[in-house]
Amino acid sequence: MNAADKKRVLREMLFARRFEERCYEAYVERKIGGFLHLYPGQEACAIGVMEAARPGHDYVITGYRDHIHAIKCGTDPKAVMAELFARETGCSRGRGGSMHIFDVEHRFMGGYALVGGPFPLAAGMAKAIKMKGGDEISICFLGDAANNQGTFHETLNMAAVWNLPVLFVCENNLYGIGTATHRSTAVTEQYKRACSYGITSNQTDGQDIDQVYAAARVAVDFVRSGQGPYFLELMTYRYRGHSMSDSGAYRTKDEVEEWGKRDPIIILRDRLIEAGEITLDDYQAMDKEIFAEIENDIIPYAENSPEPKVEELEKYVLAENDPYVKGGVH
Amino acid sequence: MAEIMYWEAIRRAHDEEMARDPLVIAMGEDIGVAGGTYKATKGLYDKYGPERVIDTPISENSFTGLGIGASFLGVRPIIELMSVNFAWLAMDQIFNSAAKVRYMSGGQLEAPVVIRSPGGTAHQLGAQHSARMEKVFMGIAGLRVVTPSNPKQAYGMLKSAVRCNDPVFINEHELMYNMKGEVPDSEYFHPLEGSEVTRQGRDVTLFGYNISVHWSMQAAEILSKQHGIEAEVVDLYSLAPLDRAGIRESVSKTHRAVIVEEAEAPVGVGAEVMAIINEECFFELDAAPVRVSAKMVPTPFNHTLEKASIPNAKDVVAAVLKMLGK
Repeated sequence: MNAADKKRVLREMLFARRFEERCYEAYVERKIGGFLHLYPGQEACAIGVMEAARPGHDYVITGYRDHIHAIKCGTDPKAVMAELFARETGCSRGRGGSMHIFDVEHRFMGGYALVGGPFPLAAGMAKAIKMKGGDEISICFLGDAANNQGTFHETLNMAAVWNLPVLFVCENNLYGIGTATHRSTAVTEQYKRACSYGITSNQTDGQDIDQVYAAARVAVDFVRSGQGPYFLELMTYRYRGHSMSDSGAYRTKDEVEEWGKRDPIIILRDRLIEAGEITLDDYQAMDKEIFAEIENDIIPYAENSPEPKVEELEKYVLAENDPYVKGGVH
Repeated sequence: MAEIMYWEAIRRAHDEEMARDPLVIAMGEDIGVAGGTYKATKGLYDKYGPERVIDTPISENSFTGLGIGASFLGVRPIIELMSVNFAWLAMDQIFNSAAKVRYMSGGQLEAPVVIRSPGGTAHQLGAQHSARMEKVFMGIAGLRVVTPSNPKQAYGMLKSAVRCNDPVFINEHELMYNMKGEVPDSEYFHPLEGSEVTRQGRDVTLFGYNISVHWSMQAAEILSKQHGIEAEVVDLYSLAPLDRAGIRESVSKTHRAVIVEEAEAPVGVGAEVMAIINEECFFELDAAPVRVSAKMVPTPFNHTLEKASIPNAKDVVAAVLKMLGK
């Protein structure tokens, strides 16, 4: 990343932070319902990896902590917020919600709410890419706890056997919901688990976007060049609870403070200030601009959008007027 | 019109669809080099190669999910689950991914996969290889469930299912792969919705599906020859959705209904058909509908017990005679 890129990704990370914090407020105000899993602390993961990939070209899939992954792929943040507000203008037309953000036009292939569910779907997309001969890759972002599902093991095995162009990104935030990884997992370093399937893997600091980018550059190039799957583990931390219903009581104050010092936004901001690329004033102006965009543009769009019509409740269950349902079409 | 076996009909549908569209693939356990446990993909590995006829590891949930993910990008996988009992392991991906993705994406994504699997009690396969699971699949929004009772349906339904944009579960039967029947020589697409009257009658309707259509037909012959009772037989080849109009039409004609199912009664096809009769044509009834179903036991290994656990044509005859007070 050159200096201009770094300034842009700083803004993207700050935007991601403010966007998610605003979601928190809207949830407290009961404007957003259901479950809400926020991303603060992990911004360098999705943004750093996708910076090395080709957003809107490569196929991306993830779990339920999905807002920022979609936005980085190119989804309009207004459409994400409208989805959280359950509106017809939402990116999933109000049928999906926070855990099911979809934007196929930008090849964000969805957020899924069964832990580990996207593993085989990602490998399947990679199989399709391979069959169709495209230069896209399939990227699967999931948390460390997903690796205790059978789908992790089954899918990594198949991805390796069939040499599929899929990049597995493990955002290791040290907790599966409220259970510390070491309490649930025999081998806590996730990249080692991928090794057992003969998959090339690496682990790096997920709080420093320069390191994420550098590791992702290698990983993406590896997969795109047809060398097969790759597993990248990013060590990170979520500053909020697992979801809005989580008090975070299972974590010590010291631990939260320690990781707070390694805020991915502050790390990059200070580095850019030190390099003379930006000033603190520039950063604060950027923050104000983002605040204005969210308050003046994004939130009003979501609030003023219509809800889906009850008459269309049963739309999108099955294909409409599919001729093969009636048979005898030829 | 040639007479071919049920497995040959399925194989032919695979072959034609794979020859037509390079994005149609077949995947499952032992379907490639070994040619498939029931020969449904025999010879296809040699013809289409390992990229399109894929021997999967024994990882039902994830290879099913892999097929679903491939279908997101336009691939048309025909996934074989070697036994419907193994489909329990793939429920997560079938229900949570394939069946829901169109809806939860607001219509942006679809999962046009075909999942074929044989169910049913065969020859002493024991409790974990004899399940009937159609009742589980047919209650899930976003999934189509069909169950061919003859080679023509097996061929034509797979053809339609491959091209249909919805996920389709095809419930086959272990005992039926060697059944012979006429299949059109030219390309044929069987409907994925509806039902078929396989025998006209006036006194009672026997509703069957898959293998129980055959028990019903045998019962109808006995009833006609030995008791002068003319039973209508309706083949409910589509279980999701069930053919409400077809059920109403037949019951409105015969005024009596017996539902014949190989599965256990609770929460099953029979229960659902009865509910539809109640909702659609209760006042047409001259007698309370009855179910002829399996016993509520895990399928026993002992052959005598196994046979006693599932219904047969005699049970259907007995149910009809009782209903008619004979």
